[in-house]
Amino acid sequence: MLRYIIKRLLYMIPTLLGISMIAFVIIQLPPGDYLTSLISRMTQNGENVDPAQIAQMRAIYGFDDPIWVQYFKWITGILLRGDFGYSFEWNRPVSELIWQRMGATLSVSLAALLFVWAVSLPIGIYSAMRRHSVGDHIATFFGFIGLAIPNFILALTLMYVSYKYLGQNVGGLQSQEFIDAPASWAKFVDLLAHLWIPVVVIGTAGTASLIRILRANLTDELSKPYVITAKAKGLPEYKVVLKYPVRIALNPFVSAIGWVLPNLISGVTITAIVLNLPTAGPLLLRALISQDMYLAGSFILLMGSLTLVGMLISDILLALLDPRIRFN
Amino acid sequence: MTVHSFIDDELETAPAISALRTGEAVETTAAAGQWTLIWHKFRQNKVAIFAGAVILFLYFVAIFAEFLAPALPEASRPQFTYAPPQAISFFATAEDGSTQFLPHVQGYTQTVDQASLRRTFVVDDSLVVPIGFFVHGPKYRMWGLFDTDLHLLGPLKSTDTMYLMGSDKLGRDLLSRLIYGTRISMSIGLIGVLFSLVLGVTLGSLSGFYGGWVDMIIQRGIEIISSMPTIPLWLGLAAAIPITWSPLQVYFIITLIVSLFGWTGLAREVRGRFFALRTEDFVTAARLDGSRERRLIFRHILPSLTSHILAVVTLALPTMIVAETALSFLGIGLKPPVVSWGVLLQDAQNVRTIATAPWLLIWPAGAVVIAVLSFNFLGDGMRDAADPYES
Amino acid sequence: MQAVTDHLTHATDDAAEIVMSVEHLSLDFHLRTNVLHAVRDVSFVLRRGQTLCLVGESGSGKSVTARALLRILDKNGTITNGKILLRGKEDEIDIAPLTERSKELLHIRGGRVGLIFQEPMSSLSPVHTIGSQIIEAVLLHRAMSKKEAREEAIELLRQVEIPNPDKMIDRYTFEFSGGMRQRAMIAMALAADPEILIADEPTTALDVTTQAEILDLIRRLQVSRGMAMLLITHDMGVVAEVADAVAVMHFGRIVEQGGVEDIFHNAKHPYTKRLLASTVKLEQSHLERDEAAAPEKAEPVLQVRNLTKVYGSATGWLGKSTFALKAVDDVSFDLMPGENLGIVGESGSGKTTLGRLILRTVEPTSGAVAYHDADGQEKQVTELDQAGMREFHRDVRLIFQDPFASLNPRMTVRQIVADPMIVSGTHRGKALEQRVAELLELVGLDPLTMERYPHAFSGGQRQRIGIARALALDPRVIIADEATAALDVSIRAQILDLLLDIQKRLQLSFIFISHDISVVRYFCDRVAVMHRGKIVELGDAEQICTAPVEAYTKSLISAVPNPDPRHKRMMHRTRFTAQG
Repeated sequence: MLRYIIKRLLYMIPTLLGISMIAFVIIQLPPGDYLTSLISRMTQNGENVDPAQIAQMRAIYGFDDPIWVQYFKWITGILLRGDFGYSFEWNRPVSELIWQRMGATLSVSLAALLFVWAVSLPIGIYSAMRRHSVGDHIATFFGFIGLAIPNFILALTLMYVSYKYLGQNVGGLQSQEFIDAPASWAKFVDLLAHLWIPVVVIGTAGTASLIRILRANLTDELSKPYVITAKAKGLPEYKVVLKYPVRIALNPFVSAIGWVLPNLISGVTITAIVLNLPTAGPLLLRALISQDMYLAGSFILLMGSLTLVGMLISDILLALLDPRIRFN
Repeated sequence: MTVHSFIDDELETAPAISALRTGEAVETTAAAGQWTLIWHKFRQNKVAIFAGAVILFLYFVAIFAEFLAPALPEASRPQFTYAPPQAISFFATAEDGSTQFLPHVQGYTQTVDQASLRRTFVVDDSLVVPIGFFVHGPKYRMWGLFDTDLHLLGPLKSTDTMYLMGSDKLGRDLLSRLIYGTRISMSIGLIGVLFSLVLGVTLGSLSGFYGGWVDMIIQRGIEIISSMPTIPLWLGLAAAIPITWSPLQVYFIITLIVSLFGWTGLAREVRGRFFALRTEDFVTAARLDGSRERRLIFRHILPSLTSHILAVVTLALPTMIVAETALSFLGIGLKPPVVSWGVLLQDAQNVRTIATAPWLLIWPAGAVVIAVLSFNFLGDGMRDAADPYES
Repeated sequence: MQAVTDHLTHATDDAAEIVMSVEHLSLDFHLRTNVLHAVRDVSFVLRRGQTLCLVGESGSGKSVTARALLRILDKNGTITNGKILLRGKEDEIDIAPLTERSKELLHIRGGRVGLIFQEPMSSLSPVHTIGSQIIEAVLLHRAMSKKEAREEAIELLRQVEIPNPDKMIDRYTFEFSGGMRQRAMIAMALAADPEILIADEPTTALDVTTQAEILDLIRRLQVSRGMAMLLITHDMGVVAEVADAVAVMHFGRIVEQGGVEDIFHNAKHPYTKRLLASTVKLEQSHLERDEAAAPEKAEPVLQVRNLTKVYGSATGWLGKSTFALKAVDDVSFDLMPGENLGIVGESGSGKTTLGRLILRTVEPTSGAVAYHDADGQEKQVTELDQAGMREFHRDVRLIFQDPFASLNPRMTVRQIVADPMIVSGTHRGKALEQRVAELLELVGLDPLTMERYPHAFSGGQRQRIGIARALALDPRVIIADEATAALDVSIRAQILDLLLDIQKRLQLSFIFISHDISVVRYFCDRVAVMHRGKIVELGDAEQICTAPVEAYTKSLISAVPNPDPRHKRMMHRTRFTAQG
C-alpha cells in the first residue's frame, strides 16, 4: 500500500512540472508584459514615463531574460522559498494574495463535492434499481437539464429568481456586516445562507453526470452472477443491492473526486465571477486581463495542483475500497 | 424411479417465438450492413430522433440567418430601448367592430417613470402593426453572393417595429440577433469539434496503435492537460488574444482554444477502442491473412470505430458551445460587433438589467440550453446505437 | 398434436421421497421484438438423496428453469403457468406465485434450496472476503452468534476440502483458483443445510481434473446429507457419471425423461438420440483400425525444436526482479504431411501460446520452428522477415476458437472470405467471386448467402465461414485453436467431420489444440499432452487415450467423464499430485 502511494506520488512529479510549464507559457502568451501595459495606461492618462525607471524595473523583474530563465527563477522561487513572485497590480507579494482566495475556492468546491455526493448516491441507486420507473424518468430528465445548463446561466437565473421573488441580492459569500466580523455562530449561519447558491450552481452538472454514471455502473453490476448468488442466499433485495453492487459501484463515486474536482474548480471560477464570490476566479480574471503574470500564473498552477491532489486522494481511496487494486 | 417418458413429436428446429403483437412481420437483417443496423437501433430512440430534428433546425436557421431574421442585427432604434416582446395575432378588430384576418403585432405606448426617469413600454392592444410573410425589409447580401431585401417575416411597413423577443438597450431586435448568433455559436462548435477530431483521432490512433513509448508520451500529455481545470485555462488563453485582432481572427482563435481542450476525451476514447480492437480475433485474423498495418487500420479497425467516434464528437459539441458562450459572456471571447449567444448574454450580466428586461437572459440562455440538450440527447442515442452487434 | 406418454400419477409408490415437484411450468420472456417461450410445460420431480440431470444444449431453457425454481428471473421474464411445489415434512409450498419480496421466498432461497452455478470467477463478490460471504449465508438462516457463524463457516470450508480453512476464510475471491472458488460456492450453498441443491453447470468452466474433483465432492456431500440435487449440464459424460434420473430439454420442452439407464440405452426421442450419437461418436477415433497405419512420408512439414516462451523475466520496478513464468518450456515435435496432431492440456498448460509461437504472433524466447514448403525448401520461421512471414502465413493458417469474435461483423461473408485473396492478389474480379462461392460450398454453406453479414449465421455456420477463410489460400497446415470449444456437442461433431473431409480432399496437416480429450481422440492421429508448458507425453492418439504411460496423462484421461452410466470412469480415477 505504502509502495503504491509512493509510486503515485512519483508519477505526479512530471505532471506537476507539465502543469507549471503550461501555466507559465499561458501567462507569457500575450504580446508585451505588465510594464508595456502599464506604460500604455500611463501615457493614456497623460502621465510621464521615465525610461530609466522602466529599464530599472525591467532589470529587477528580469523581463528581458529568455523565457526559460524566467520560468526557472519563478519555479525555483516557489519550490525553495514558497515565493510565488510579485503582483504588480496590487504591489504585494503574490503569496499574500492567493492563499485566502484559494482557501475559499477549495471550501466552495468541497462543499459542492459533498452536495454532489449526497444528492447523486440515493438518486443513482434508486434509478438503477427501478429502471424505467416514473421516478427514474424524472431523475433522468432533470439530470439532462442539469447537464445542459451552463453554470453561469444557472447562476444568473438563480440570482434573478431570488432577486425578483425573494427580494434579496445573493452575491458574495457573506453579508456586508459579517465580512470583517470575528468568527461566530451567526457568521457561520450567514455563510451557509450565501453558500447554497454557488454550491447548487456548481454541483448541478456534477450531480447529473454522477447519477448517470452510478446508474449505468449499478445496472451493469446488478446483472452480474455474484448478485444472483447473493439473491440465492435468501438476502432481501435492498440488502443485496446495498451490500454488493453498491459497494462496487462506489468506485466511480470515489474516482469522481478525481474528475469532478477539476470541473468544480472550473465551475467555481466562472460562477464566482458572476456571483462575485471572494474566490480565486474574479481575481484570476482581473490578473489575466491586466497581465499581472505572476498572480495569474500562480492561480493556474495552484488550481492544477489541487486537481492532482484530488486525483491522488481518489486513487488512494479507491485502493482502500477495492482489494483488487490494493493487492496488485 | 422416474418413469421413462418422452414427447412423441418431430424434432423442432427453432426456439418457440411469437410476435409481441399479432400480425407483425419479423424483419430480416441478414444482408443489412453496419449502418443499416445502427439506423434500426437508433430510430427506436424517439428522443434522440427529436433532438436530431432540433439540431437540423438550428443549423437551418444558422444557414439562412439573413433571410429568417426580420431585421439586421446592428439596426438600433434608441427610442425603443428594452422594448418587451410582442405576440403575434392573426385577427384584428377593425374600426367598424368586425373581426378580420390581419396578422399583426401590437404596438407600444411609452410611459416615463417619474421617479427613475426611465422609459418603460407597455404593449398597447389598440395599436396594430400589420405584419406578413416574405416581406421586403432591410437590404442584406445573402451569403455574400447577391443583394436582396426579402425576409421571411416582418412588418409590412419598413418603418414599423416588430420585437417578437423584445429589444436590447440599443433598441436592437433580439430575435434577429439571436438568429445571427445561432450562426456563430453553432458553427464554432462544429469547427471546434473538427479541430479536436483531427487532433484526437490522430494522437489517439497513434497512441493506441503503436503503444510503447509513443503511447506513454501521449498519455502523459493528455493526463497533464485534462488535469488542468479547463475554465482557468480558457481564460488564460483567451486573455492572451491581442485586442487589435479582427473579429474573424478572434473567431478562429477562440475555436482553436475551445477545441484544444476537447480533444483529450476524444483521444482517450479512440485509444481505448484501438487497444481493444487491436487484440480482437478478427484483427489478428486479418493480420494472419497478410494485411499490412495500413490495411489493418483502414479496412478493419477504423470502420469499427467510426460510429463511436461520431457519437463522441456529438457529445463533445455542446462543451464547445458552452465554452464559447462562457468566454464571450466574460468579455474575453468574441466581442461585438460579432453576435453570438455568449455575446448576447453579456447584456444580461447584472441582476438589475435582467429584472428590467428578463428576455435578454431567457432567450439566449434558452437557445444555449436547447442546443446543448439536443446534442446530448442525440449523442446519447448515437452512442447507444454505435455498436449494433452487442447483444 | 402432442401425444404425451406421461404418467406422473404412477409415481405414487415412492411419493414420500419427493421433495420438489415441478408441474407444467411455462415461462415467457418479452424481448425487444418478440416473445420467447423459453420454458414450455415442463414437469419433473426431485427426490431425496437422488440427482436429476437436466440436459440440453445452449438455448434449451435449462438454466432458466433452474433459476425459476428460486424465482430468480430477469425483469422481462414471467411464469405464465404451472406450479413449483416444495414439499416439507408437514407442509407444501407453491413457489411459483410467491412475490419477489415475500418472507417465504427469502426463507426458501438458500434456506431450503441452495444454488451454485457456472461462473466461478464472477459468482462471488470480489470486494468481500470468502468468509464474510459464507458467514452471511449462515446468519441468514440459522440462529447463531457471529462467532458461532464463523466457526460454522470454517467447518463448511473444511467439509468442501479447502486446506487451512481457518486462514482461507479471510482471503478474497481473487486469491482463490477456479476450483477453490467453486468449493467456496458449494460451502455457501450448503450453509443452511438445504434439502435441495441446484447446480447449474457447476463444472463447465473448470478443467477436467478439477471437474472430476468437484463432482466427486458434490456427490459425496449429497449422499452424506441426503439432499436432492438438480444438476444442469450440457455434457452427457457428466450426466452418465452422476445422474439417477435424466430430463432432456430442447427449445424449452423436456422432450424425454427417465432413469439414467433408460435414457442412455433406450432413448426414444430423436433429439436424445442425436445428442447421444454425437457424444458417443467422439469416444473413439475417426480412423478405422486398419486405416491407422498412415503411409509414412520422409519429410515433416513442421519441425518444432526446443521452443520456449518466458514471460516477465525482466527486472521489475524498483530493481526487484519479478517472477518468470515459463509458458512454453522446451517443446519439440514434428508434424508430418497429412497428419493430425493433437495438443491437449488444461488451462494454463501453454497449449494456446504454443500455437501462437508457431505462427509467431507471439515471439518465442528461444527455440526454432522449421517449415518445409511445397517445393521442399526448408525455412527457419524464427528468422523470416515480414515478407517471408506473409508467405508462411499463407501456408500455415489459423482457425479461431470464438466464431463470433473472429469474423469482422462489419464485413459480408464474401468480403471476409475474399480478404486473404485480395491481400495476396491471387484472385480478382469474377474469379475471386467464383473462388469464394467454391469455398463456401466446400464448407457446406450456400454460396447464395455470401452477401450476408456474420450476424445472420449461427455459431456452427460462423465457424464454417472461418474455415472457408482459412482455406482460401490453399494452405498446407492448419492450426485449430480450440476450434470446436464454443460449439454445442452435436454441431461440434459436424464441424470435426467437415474438417476431416476437407483434409482428405486437400491433403492438409492439422495441429489441433484442445482441452477436450474426446475431441482430440476422435480427430487426431497423434497427441501431445502438455502440462505446465512441457510436453509430458507424445504418442499415438489411441494409445494416449486408452493406455497412457505418464502419471499426469493417466490422471487426465481418467478424469474424463464417460458417457455410459454402466462404466463410470471418473469415480475410479487416478489422482495426480504435482511435484513442486
